[in-house]
Amino acid sequence: MNGMSKFQTTVQDDSEKPMRKASEHLDHWYLEPDSPTRARVSNLKFWYGDGTQAIDDVSMPLIDKKVTALIGPSGCGKSTFLRCFNRMHDLYPGVRYSGEINLLPEDEDLINLDPNIVRMRVGMVFQKPNPFPKSIYENVIAGLRIRGITKRSLLDEIVEDSLSKAALWDEVKDRLHQPALSMSGGQQQRLCIARALAVEPEILLLDEPTSALDPIATAKVEDLINKLAGDVTVLIVTHNMQQAARISDYTAYMYLGKLIEYNKTNDLFTAPRCQRTEDYITGRFG
Amino acid sequence: MKTLSENIKSGIDYASLSRKNRSRDIIFASLGIIVLFIAITTLVALFLDLAVRGAPRLTDPDFYTSFPSRRPLDAGILSAWVGTIMVMLVTAVIAVPLGIAAGLYLEEYAGKNWLTDVIEVNVSNLAGVPSIVYGLLALGLFVQTFGMGETVLVAGLVLSLLILPIIIVSTREAIRSIPNELREAAYGLGANQWQTMAMYIIPAAKPGIITGAIVGLSRAIGETAPIITIGALSFIAFLPQSPVSGDFPFISFEWLNSGFTVMPIQMFGWVSRPQADFQITAAAAGVVLIVMTLMMNALAIYIRYRARK
Ligand SMILES: Nc1ncnc2c1ncn2[C@@H]1O[C@H](COP(=O)(O)OP(=O)(O)O)[C@@H](O)[C@H]1O
Ligand SMILES: [Mg+2]
Repeated sequence: MNGMSKFQTTVQDDSEKPMRKASEHLDHWYLEPDSPTRARVSNLKFWYGDGTQAIDDVSMPLIDKKVTALIGPSGCGKSTFLRCFNRMHDLYPGVRYSGEINLLPEDEDLINLDPNIVRMRVGMVFQKPNPFPKSIYENVIAGLRIRGITKRSLLDEIVEDSLSKAALWDEVKDRLHQPALSMSGGQQQRLCIARALAVEPEILLLDEPTSALDPIATAKVEDLINKLAGDVTVLIVTHNMQQAARISDYTAYMYLGKLIEYNKTNDLFTAPRCQRTEDYITGRFG
Repeated sequence: MKTLSENIKSGIDYASLSRKNRSRDIIFASLGIIVLFIAITTLVALFLDLAVRGAPRLTDPDFYTSFPSRRPLDAGILSAWVGTIMVMLVTAVIAVPLGIAAGLYLEEYAGKNWLTDVIEVNVSNLAGVPSIVYGLLALGLFVQTFGMGETVLVAGLVLSLLILPIIIVSTREAIRSIPNELREAAYGLGANQWQTMAMYIIPAAKPGIITGAIVGLSRAIGETAPIITIGALSFIAFLPQSPVSGDFPFISFEWLNSGFTVMPIQMFGWVSRPQADFQITAAAAGVVLIVMTLMMNALAIYIRYRARK
């Protein structure tokens, strides 16, 4: 509740003077007043089962239908932060959250929703391609099967649609019923993206989706993420700053579990406001 | 002046090091082959010995279709192999679903607390309890306390208890060997725990689970001690009632309450006879039992092979 009121003040302030607000936590915020916010993180903290605190008081918005990149040195909590959005941590015992991730405009705190419902609404693509050991077709419709959708014509339509969105349709349309594991790593990752898109997620999370791919496959996936913006709200972790610069609209720089700076990607890379951000992006550190 | 690393480098004789390593490899490989050779020859020799001695009975079709007899060369294994199949059927029907369900529960559903720790340690230890102890348990519990008699059902129950830990442990291992990525992929799409299990984890773990079940059953097929303990006879000159019949309701469970014998008991009975000719019959029964076991193991290997493709 506390975090929410702060947030609203910020929006109002921003609408008058579109620069940052002087409040302590929101120092690093920059919010374009006319972009709708899809989710609002307020004072998020997270602890693993062994007591490690991996996220320390992070607040930031997730702008609707834009790509937001999370950057920062290895181990700074990017993946941990991302996995809060689909409550993936809840699969493991002893984890603890504090703070809120409010979905807007419905204003539901996804930290307090049923994790299963959250994962139905928030899709995820993992670092290592992880298709199911089934056919390409079955992989794309996996999420629909889980939701009990069985109508063949609908499934066929969604398969073509999702594979096209993932820029994979032309490559696989003649072998939809062959095993997904027979594809190349880059194709597998795009299949995983198609699988996530097939259920029309409200937010799509991607955790270093290209780190296991060669440069050509990486370019294809980046291209695809660029195309997704405008349709889907994307939150992507990357340890590659060039990648963040190429594909994202907003960038958050994290360090030691804290959010150091959040800004429009262009502004963050050309005119960082924190010394630590500048050190990181100029390669003096990390 | 030489640097430290130059000193170290000049002290290393790469050629002799690699020679030494290679000769170690050769020694170890030869040792392995010798041990393997001894083990396999012993097995093959035992099997051939049985086969040669049992040949006169093995080649006689009546051997498979007659009941035991006082005359060694008329004695057959009909009641034994039918009994073995029936007891194995009961064992499989009880132990396989129970073991898989227990393994699944322990691995995926049970919380991690002291109770599950105790259960876990006990299940692993139960796999090492001598089979005769299970026999005594069954004698005390099923035969004497419940008054169930020396029946196919009791034999199936005791063998189920015996192999339950094997099936539980192998189910857990099969499930644990499924990479976490698969689990997270399923949950990440919104699957609940049951969907994740039924649609993704169990199908992926199926070869391991089935292999474990068959390994357990092939252990049960040769067990003698617990079956003797519950009081099975080696001279059974009848077959249990057929489970299917021509009359309504077509299926009968009377065979569960029937007396029975099984292959290892039949063999044991013949071995302990004084007449020399019974040794031939016993050897022949031994060959049949080994072939039955090998066939089950071959099935397990085939399933694993097919799953890996
Ligand atoms: N399962 C876990 N249990 C305990 N600590 C963890 C676990 N996973 C990650 N951590 C710790 O949390 C911190 C953040 O990790 P992570 O989010 O994976 O970083 P990043 O993705 O930015 O490289 C690290 O210090 C890491 O050691
Ligand atoms: Mg990471």
